[in-house]
Amino acid sequence: MGGPGHTAPVPTLRRRGASAYAALLFMVVAIGVAAVGFVGSAAPAGAQGEAAEGIRGTFVNPDDGGKPVEGVEVVVRDEAGKKVGTAISGEDGKYSLDLPESGNYTAELLVKSLPSGVRLTDASKTKLSFRVLPNQHKPLIFPFGKDTRKVVGTWDKLPATLLDGVRLGLIIAMCSIGLSLIYGTTKFANFAHGEMVMFGALVTWFLNQRAGWAVIPAALVATVLSGGFGAVQELGMWGPLRRRRAGAFGMMTVSFGLSLFLVNLYQYLYGARSQPYSQYAIQEPLFTLGNSNVPPRVIATIVLSIVVLGGVALFLQKARFGKAMRAVSDNGPLAAASGINTDRVILWVWVMGSALAGLGGVLNSLDQQVQFQQGSNLLLLMFAGITVGGLGTSFGAAAGCFLLGIAIQLSTLWVTPSLKNVGALAVLIVVLMFRPQGVFGRRERVG
Amino acid sequence: MDWGFIGTQSISALIGPMAVFYILGAQGLNLHYGYTGLLNFGQAGFMATGAYGVAICCASEAAGGYGLPLWVGFLVAVVATVLLALLLGVPTLRLRGDYLAIVTIAASEILRIVLRSEALEDFSGGNSGMAGFARSFYDANPFTNGRRYELGPFSYLGKDLWVMTVGWGLIAIAAVLTFLLMRSPWGRVLRSIRENEDAVRSLGKNVFSYKMQSLVLGAVMGAAGGVVLALYQNLASPDDYGTKTTFIAYTALILGGAARVGGPIVGGMIFYGFFAFMQVTASQAAKADVLPRSIMDSVQAGIVPFLFLGVVLMLLVVFRPQGIFGDRREIELDG
Repeated sequence: MGGPGHTAPVPTLRRRGASAYAALLFMVVAIGVAAVGFVGSAAPAGAQGEAAEGIRGTFVNPDDGGKPVEGVEVVVRDEAGKKVGTAISGEDGKYSLDLPESGNYTAELLVKSLPSGVRLTDASKTKLSFRVLPNQHKPLIFPFGKDTRKVVGTWDKLPATLLDGVRLGLIIAMCSIGLSLIYGTTKFANFAHGEMVMFGALVTWFLNQRAGWAVIPAALVATVLSGGFGAVQELGMWGPLRRRRAGAFGMMTVSFGLSLFLVNLYQYLYGARSQPYSQYAIQEPLFTLGNSNVPPRVIATIVLSIVVLGGVALFLQKARFGKAMRAVSDNGPLAAASGINTDRVILWVWVMGSALAGLGGVLNSLDQQVQFQQGSNLLLLMFAGITVGGLGTSFGAAAGCFLLGIAIQLSTLWVTPSLKNVGALAVLIVVLMFRPQGVFGRRERVG
Repeated sequence: MDWGFIGTQSISALIGPMAVFYILGAQGLNLHYGYTGLLNFGQAGFMATGAYGVAICCASEAAGGYGLPLWVGFLVAVVATVLLALLLGVPTLRLRGDYLAIVTIAASEILRIVLRSEALEDFSGGNSGMAGFARSFYDANPFTNGRRYELGPFSYLGKDLWVMTVGWGLIAIAAVLTFLLMRSPWGRVLRSIRENEDAVRSLGKNVFSYKMQSLVLGAVMGAAGGVVLALYQNLASPDDYGTKTTFIAYTALILGGAARVGGPIVGGMIFYGFFAFMQVTASQAAKADVLPRSIMDSVQAGIVPFLFLGVVLMLLVVFRPQGIFGDRREIELDG
């Protein structure tokens, strides 16, 4: 469990999650299009089953309707520059070569062996350096034909980016419900809320990778434990502090101290590496959108988030206790005067909000692996989303977070992924300047 | 475990360059939070504009900077910080206090992300930062740069002594300025804003303008801290200006006592001395294998001081919000 066998081969492309997603997308697009010349990578090449390691590939000419190209020679050399062998493509355009062992090799396509009318997409790219792992038949790609990459513009990437934005927006919205309900009921901006998100993700990881549980039961237990953690915090810390009439600064600073403590505790116990869960990390694509593959976990995350958010909305609108939560959030003293036990309501706000944050953390890590700082990063987005939507409103805040998530992902179509969160701040400042109550907030809420 | 080494290191850290960095940050926060009641949770951002202002202006053109003289760098650092303070203050200072907290913390993090972004590597040096701009600063050093100076338990290199001389000069200026301002009518208005903003407004004072002046002035003090750190390291590195930096400065301020001129200075010395003691002790303990590797390795030892930082900050705010010198009536928990 958790040994190198489990963690090592997990695709590194997924490591940086959403930000890497755009890069991944671009790569998939670039490779996919330029490599029309390379077909059938999924099918094992030929029947050369004897040798454990080798190379394989297929030459087709996209300029000529994708006809196979015969007789192209590829010379493979080992690290010392010694020739290992030459692969020649057959009638079907396929070629393969067995290698003596795993290791680093270079392959050179002999340009003079190309039939007339067939050319490399990039004439200077006749050599490839690559690494062959044990038992791997490495697929090589020498793209032929005109460079068609320009055709793939921003709009082709739009659907997949939008889908990822929906995923991120829903997760931020789910995580932020607790933050905005706690803010609404107690006027307290909890800077440790991001660590509640990570609590769920990390408990799941430890149950999954250390204790060997399946992800789904681990996630359920982690969600329940997150709720419990919220209750412990409210009963042991925030409630008593509130009764001592601690003000905004006191509560916020204490929550920041808690956040510093927890995030460092997480790093101490878990380490700085980002690591995946043992399941669902590598999936066959459910379908292809534009030029990128959509794994089932993305769709499952989106569906589950919608169901949960819908359930919470229904609960807050229809259920008696949900109405009590909104009443306390709207006007605490009035709610107390009308016979609502506000302390009990606030306790359950903590339980519910923390559980949702924990679940959001699990769903986020499902797609982006577990990394101890994710919570702090998400917290800033949550604050931006909540403020944009309307501080203290529950539905407005969730809507703000959802839209912000989409906007952040869409911005990666035009700006480099490492700068995508800058847009979130710009939106925050502009909204505060012109509509300080937030897009969905009511004016009288602002003091 | 070399206790002599640990002792020298911690005692030297009391007034060393890093303590100067945090004290200047805390002095700015004292003006914001201690005197005006502003919740600036993004002091690190202002410190970063100070550091990067100097670094980007004064680094040689080969290192990606503009090769300007140091005094231009100082000027740009101040101007950039004032602009950032205005940018953040204009939308938030009219709103309830927590808006400022959220926006400043977000801004400081975003600034850090932008500065370390590979997209702006040519401008700000990416995640490794901007280096190589402090040469003319050390050329002006009256001490011998490489020599070690010892005085009792204190032990510093000549180059560090020079940084400390300049840094403590800045601390003294900030302290005198704060002391004089707080005795003036201007300072009384600030403190009244902290106590009751509406009352001040009803007396015809432009509360927004006073808050803005306080925000700008405190931000510039923070920027001075950033300049000191940048010169000390000869490097402006983005990750020195994370939220941890802001909260070390807050912890120093609250420990010493907010709304006291000497509060951030004494608090900064004690806290950073303690922090350095934790750092050195933990790293020595890891080296000597006091605890088994499976419980604490050297990376984990580096985390231990921050665990303590979080706990100390929580305990201080809850149990002694006035710190060592503060007046409980001025700094209540409900502030």
